Amino acid sequence: MEIALSSQLQMQAAVERPRKRRRGRKSIIPGFGLTMGFTLAWLSLIVLIPLSALFLRAAGLGWNEFLAVGFSPRAMAAYRISFGTALGAAAVNGVFGLLTAWVFVRYEFPGKRLLNAMVDLPFALPTAVAGIALTALYSPNGWVGQFLEPLGIKVAYTPIGITIALIFIGLPFIVRSVEPVLADVSADLEEAALSLGARPWQVFLRVILPVILPALLTGFALALARGIGEYGSVIFIAGNMPFKSEIAPLLIVTQLEQYEYAAATAIATVLLLASFAMLLLINGIQAWTRRRMAA
Amino acid sequence: MSARLPHRSARARRALIALALAFIGFFLVLPLVAVFAEALAKGLATYGTALVEPDAVSAIKLTLLVAAISVPLNVVFGLCAAWAVAKFDFRGKSVLVTLIDLPFSVSPVVAGLVYVLLFGAQGWFGPWLVDHGVRIIFAVPGIVLATILVTFPFVARELIPLMQEQGRADEEAALALGATGFKTFLRVTLPNIRWGLLYGVLLCNARAMGEFGAVSVVSGHLRGLTNTMPLHVEILYNEYNFVAAFAVASLLALLALVTLVLKTSLEWKFGYGRGSAK
Repeated sequence: MEIALSSQLQMQAAVERPRKRRRGRKSIIPGFGLTMGFTLAWLSLIVLIPLSALFLRAAGLGWNEFLAVGFSPRAMAAYRISFGTALGAAAVNGVFGLLTAWVFVRYEFPGKRLLNAMVDLPFALPTAVAGIALTALYSPNGWVGQFLEPLGIKVAYTPIGITIALIFIGLPFIVRSVEPVLADVSADLEEAALSLGARPWQVFLRVILPVILPALLTGFALALARGIGEYGSVIFIAGNMPFKSEIAPLLIVTQLEQYEYAAATAIATVLLLASFAMLLLINGIQAWTRRRMAA
Repeated sequence: MSARLPHRSARARRALIALALAFIGFFLVLPLVAVFAEALAKGLATYGTALVEPDAVSAIKLTLLVAAISVPLNVVFGLCAAWAVAKFDFRGKSVLVTLIDLPFSVSPVVAGLVYVLLFGAQGWFGPWLVDHGVRIIFAVPGIVLATILVTFPFVARELIPLMQEQGRADEEAALALGATGFKTFLRVTLPNIRWGLLYGVLLCNARAMGEFGAVSVVSGHLRGLTNTMPLHVEILYNEYNFVAAFAVASLLALLALVTLVLKTSLEWKFGYGRGSAK
C-alpha cells in the first residue's frame, strides 16, 4: 500500500509538471546515497550485527549443548510460565480491550477523552514503576491484596500476578489496534442488519466482529509478543521462584549473573526466535487482511 | 455515531460503559495513584529527602545524560531512514521498514544480552577492550547502546508514514527553483514534519528514560556510577526502602504523565500518531 500510495503521488506530480512524465527518470531529490548509507550502517551496527552475534554464539554451542541448556527443565518451566501468562493476559485484553475500544468509539460520556488518553499510560510509564506499583496494590497487605487474601486468592508472587502485570502492559495494543477499524465499520451494514430483524448480539457477531477480527488478532499478537519478552513490570510481582513463577527473560538474567553464558545465550535465542515467529504472524495477519479487503 | 445500535438497550449501554470504566480504573488509574500515595506515605519531608539523596541525584543525572545522547542519535537516524524510504524508490523497501521495526519485538533482556555477548568480559571484543582500557559493559557506553537499541524504531516509524504521505512534490519544487538539497530539507521538509518529529521524540524520550530490562543487563548496578533512575528504583525497593523507591518512581510517573499530556495534545491538534504509537 505504501508503494501504491507513493507511486500515486508520483503520478500526480507527473501530471502537474508534464516535463517529468518520462518514466524511469532519476529523481532530482538528492541525498539517497548519504541517507541510505547511514540508515543501513546504523541499522547494522545497532541492531543486525548484535542480534547476529547472539545467533552465532548460539550456533557455537553445538546442537546438543544448545538443547541441554536451552531446553533444560527449568528453562521449559520458564517458557511455560512466560507463554502461558502472556497468552492469558492477551486473552483478557482481547475481551476487555475490545470492550474499551467499543465504549470509546460508540458512546459519549463525561471524561471520555481524558480516559482515552490514559489508555496509553502503559506505553509511557516505565515498566519498573508499573511493577512496584502493581506489587504494592496486590501484595497481601496492599490496597487490593488485603481483600483477596481472606478469600484465599494469592496474586502477588504467583503466575496470577504476572498475568495482571501483562494485562497492564498489553491493554493499549488491543485498544489502539481495534479503535480505528471499529470507527470505520459501516453504519449502513449495521442498520440494514437491524432493520432486517437481527438482534444486537447477532449484528455484533455476524457483522461487526468479522470486520474487526484482523485488527483484534493483530492487537492480540502484539500484546502477546510484548508479554513474552516483558521483564520490568513482571519481576517485582512475580516472586521469581524457579519452576513456579520464574519468567524466561528473568532466567536469562539469572544465568548471566552466574556467568552461565551458554544457558543465557540459548534461552535468549529461543525467545528471539519466538519474537520473529510473532512478527511473521503479525505480517501474515496483515497480508491476509489486505487480500480480504481487495477481494 | 452513538445512535447506530438501538437505544432501547440504554441499560446495556450504561453497563458496558461502567464495565469499561471499572477496567480502566482498576488496571490503569489505580497503579498510577498508588505510586504517588506510596511516595507520600511518610509525608512531604521524607519524600523530598529521598529525591536529594546523592545516589538519587546521580541516577537522575545519568538518566538525563543517556536520554540526551540516545534521543538525538535516534532523531538523526529517523530522519535519514524516513528520507531514504519516503523520497526514493528501491527494492526491498518493505524489508528495510520491517528491520527498522524489529527492536520492538525483541525482549529488552535480549537487547541487553547481545551487547554483553559482544563487549562483555566473555564477549567477542571483550579481551581487546580490556587490553585498551575501554569499558562498555557495566559502564555508561553500554547503557547508552542498550537504550539506543530499544528506542531504535520510535522516531523512524513516526516519520516514515508521514513523509510518504506528504510525497515529493514540495521538495522537487524547491530543488527546481534552485535550492540546495540541505536547504530544501531544512526549509521545506522539516517544517512539514516538525509535529510528527516531536511526537516521535516524545515517545522515544519516555522509553529512553524509563528503560529497565535492557539497561539492567548491561549496567552492573554500581550505585552512583551506572544506576539510572529505573535501576535505582529497583535497588531501593529491594532494600525495602519503599518510600524512597516510590519517590524516585513518582518522578518517572510524572515524566509519563507529561509525555501523555503533550502526546495527546499533539493528537488532538494535528491528528498525528493515532494508532501508530506502538
